[in-house]
Order: sequence, then C-alpha cells, then structure tokens
Amino acid sequence: MVTIAIDRLSAGFGRTPVLHEISATLQPGALIGVIGPNGAGKSTLLRAILGLVPPLHGTVTINGCDVARLPPRDMARTLAYLPQGQILHWPLAVERLVALGRLPHLGPMSRLGTADRAAIEAAMRRADVIHLAGRIATELSGGERARVMLARALAVGAGGLAVDEPLAALDPGHQIDVMDLLAREARAGALVIAVLHDLTMTARYCDRLLLIDGGRLVADGPPADVLTVDRLRDVYGIAGHVDLSAERPIVVALDRAPRRD
Amino acid sequence: MPDRVLPPRHPALLPVLIAGVLIAAVASLGLGPVPLSADRVLAALAGHGDRIAGAILYELRVPRTIIGLLVGAMLGLAGAVLQGYLRNPLAEPSVLGASNAAALGAVAAIYFGIAEWHVALLPLLAIAAGLIALVLLFALAGQAESPLTLILAGIAVSTLAGAGISLALNLSSNPFAAMEIMAWLLGSIENRAMSHVWIALPCVAIGAALLLVDARALDALSLGEDGARSLGVDLARTRRRLLFGLAIGVGGAVAVSGSIGFVGLIVPHLIRPFTDRSPSAVLLPSLLGGAILLTAADILVRLIPTANELKLGVVTAFLGVPVFIVHLLRERRLW
Repeated sequence: MVTIAIDRLSAGFGRTPVLHEISATLQPGALIGVIGPNGAGKSTLLRAILGLVPPLHGTVTINGCDVARLPPRDMARTLAYLPQGQILHWPLAVERLVALGRLPHLGPMSRLGTADRAAIEAAMRRADVIHLAGRIATELSGGERARVMLARALAVGAGGLAVDEPLAALDPGHQIDVMDLLAREARAGALVIAVLHDLTMTARYCDRLLLIDGGRLVADGPPADVLTVDRLRDVYGIAGHVDLSAERPIVVALDRAPRRD
Repeated sequence: MPDRVLPPRHPALLPVLIAGVLIAAVASLGLGPVPLSADRVLAALAGHGDRIAGAILYELRVPRTIIGLLVGAMLGLAGAVLQGYLRNPLAEPSVLGASNAAALGAVAAIYFGIAEWHVALLPLLAIAAGLIALVLLFALAGQAESPLTLILAGIAVSTLAGAGISLALNLSSNPFAAMEIMAWLLGSIENRAMSHVWIALPCVAIGAALLLVDARALDALSLGEDGARSLGVDLARTRRRLLFGLAIGVGGAVAVSGSIGFVGLIVPHLIRPFTDRSPSAVLLPSLLGGAILLTAADILVRLIPTANELKLGVVTAFLGVPVFIVHLLRERRLW
C-alpha cells in the first residue's frame, strides 16, 4: 500500500518553478488522473513525485518518507514509473525488456530468482503480452509496444504506478485495453497516477482528477466535480460538451473558446 | 515459466571465447619470424629448454602476448561499456577523448625526450594525460546526464589532444623524434618488455573492474535516463565509475600499445548477435573477444613478410572494416 503526500510543492528546472504550491494526498486503491493543457506541468509533477526533479520548496513524502532522502532503490521498489513516450535503445526481446523491471530487486551480482520470474510472467499476463515474450520489442506495433512497456512497469511489483501519457498514439480499442488494465491495478490496491489527455477516458476510468494549469492545482476531486464546461473553457480554452450522467461519460471538445481571465 | 526465460547469451559463447583466448595465446607464443614448435615452447616454459627458445620466449613473446591480451581485452570491454552507456552503436574507447589524451601524453614524452630517461616514463605520462583529460571532461560536461553532452565534451577534449599531437609533429625539429611519434601513433606491441606488462596490468585490472561493476545500470539505461533512475540506478555514481575506469584502463592500455583503433568499436558488434542484445550480456564476451582479435592481428603482423613490420593499428583497421561491413549488411534492419 502506497500513500503519497504532496505538501506545498514547488519544483522546476534550474530556479524557474514549473509547479507552484501543490498540495494533495494520494491514497492507495485509486486511479488518479493528472490532466491539464500542454505545458501545464503534469509530467513535472509526476517526476517530482518520483524524486526525478528536486523540489524548490515543499515536500513529497511516500508512506511518510521524504522522497528527497529515500534511497533510489527503495523508491524504485515503491513506485514504478513509465515515462512519456518510453524509448527503447536496444532491440531487446519482450521478455528481457519486462525483466528490466526486476532490477531494483537484484543485488549487484545475483541473477533472476524464482520470485523474479514469477513476477515477470504475472506482469506479462496482466498486460496481455505473454504471447509476445520472444518477439523483439522494437519491431512491435504501437499498441503492442505500449502494453509491453506497461508490463515492464508492472514487473517491478511496486505498490504504486506512475504512468505518463500511456494512451499516446494508441487506437481507441487499445486505449480501452490500457485504461482497463490501469483500473484493474487500482482495484487490486495499487495507487495508480496517470497523466492523461483524453478527457472521455479520464472521466470514465479515473476515481479522482488533479487538474493542473500553469503549474497550479486548480481542481482536485471526482471527475463529475472537476470536468465542468466552465473549467474546460478556463483551463483548456475550449467549448466542451460534457455528459457525465450516462453510465459511460462523454467529454468532447466542440470548439475553441477564449479563456475568461 | 522459469525454463521459458531466455538465456542472456548463447550457451556456447563464453566457452568458445575462452578456448579462443587460450589458442590465440599459445599461437602468439609459438608463431613469429622464428617459429617455435610446441615442445620447445613447453620445455622453455617449464624452465629446461634451449637458450635461444628461452630468450625469444621470455624476452619477446611472453610480454608481447600478455600485452596483446590485456590491451585487446581492455579495448573490447571499453567499447562494449561505452556503446551501452551512451546508447550509441558508434561509440568506441576513443569517443570520450581518453585514448587521444593518453596518446598526447606519450607523444609529449617522446617530443621532450623524457621517454629516453626510463622505459616506464612514457606510459606513466600517457596515463597521467588520460586522467587530466577526464578532469577536463567532467568540467565541460557538468552535471548533465544526457549522453550527447558527454559525447560533445569528449569530442572537444579529443580534438584538443589531437591538435596537441599535430603540434608536436609540426614543431619537431628532429626527424627521428617525428618518426618515433608517427610509429607510436600507428600502434604496435612490438619489442615490449615485462616492465610494460607491469604498467598495463594494474591499469587494465582496475579499469576493467570499474567498468564491469555497472553492468546492471547499463541495462537499465536501455530505457533512457529517467527510466534508469526510476529503476533505482544512481546515474551520477555510475558515470563517475565508468569514466574513471575508462581513463585508467584505456589510458594504461594505450600507454603501452599506442593508438589501436577499431577493436573497441567492432568487437561488441560481432558479439551482440550471440547475446540477447542487452548491454550487460555483451561485456564479458567483448573483453574476451577483444583479447582474441588483437592477439590474432598481432600474430598476422609478425607473419606477413614486409620490409618494415606492419603496425598493429594498421592491420586492425584493414581487417576490421571488411568484417564490420559484412556484419552491418546482415544486421542493418535492426538499426
């Protein structure tokens, strides 16, 4: 079980803050969507939570431990991370790639043990890529590769999962597959944080949304509270059609609309 | 499932390479302008052979064989590590400036006549220059973790050292010194003594140890810097170890052999198809493969009847390029 507490966090590159005074407590067993326009600071928030961007002010704690002081391996075992547009530099077989997720559990000279292999297989099953185990990961289709990369993150066996734009470049069917997978992980007790752009998927699957604009947290709550026509106009600059009453909510951008400043 | 997990390399790869190293070493002891039969070599090694065989073996071929194995092993390993670390199949030991800087140190030793004072001074100066280049590299690349910054800084350091070498050649009023510099730059392990072995051995051992420690980090870097850090890799520490390993190991190797190109670039490429292509799986085989390749090239140098003995650096490039091209044609769909 992983609980993340963000307390008045400002973070950025050099001395220019990208994030301003963000506070939120993220509880386990939830799929939390981080949304906002391009350049709002969504990825930076994710990276700050992971300790990849040092805070300028404020703190992030995971299960009570300050992220800045958490040893990298402990961090890696607690919160798995799938960066935006995950690249793969070598033509590795799928199974090898997924096995990289076990690195935080291995000593300098030890080999993969039975527990590691079980975790690799389970991760490949959960992401539905077990049939691709022997294929070369760089030769897969976009949808297959996205699921393989997710399997790599799942293989870490961490209680938390941070994924940055997991739906990018996926067709609608594969988008549903990936969101189903993330929701299942959350229902199984994991804390899943996902940076997302597709608002309909976000509304359908997420338990809670963090809406970021200009590096500030402008809304935090269940999708029905966060995704309002007014907010879409203020934050994204769009006139939106929002129908959250149906069993499967729909959020569509209809037109550009000037922001009310 | 456990039996399903792919082995990191072909099961026969390491045994074949180890056998190759042994064969190359034995051949290197036996072959040369004066061929020695196996029983004469064995008798001399056991200490009761004829005096000529003993002299040839101990004065010439044993140090030469050991240095060939050491230098080749270091260059092969350094190439494999750098290709993994920089995630660039073009990387080779010279890419971060270590070999050029070491060469500059050696050239300075020849130019100023320091090399004549004691046989150990040239290699020691080469290693010192390699370490100075490392400090410069750190200062230039700063804290940035991107491989590109490091490569650019390496090019700057390497070019500067290259300019220094050219300057020495340019200003050299003594044609013999210039010839000596040129000969050294072509790379050779001819006429090396045991004192050279004692200089190269500790450098290569320390360098190789430092480079082998971070195999796991290299695998993690397949996923980029953020991917590696999120898997618990301390990139700053990894980089420090790698650069020190390179400066000491490659510096030590270049110091006794001169500049020998291409081994570090080509060996990892030849090894990779027999592995799962993860950077860590390529390291140890590249070390062995480099030792074989350099020793084999050195045997060839001795056997080809030319007026001047061919320089090793010339042969490795001539041998290496065709092999490399064939390999490239076969593998290019993967890049």
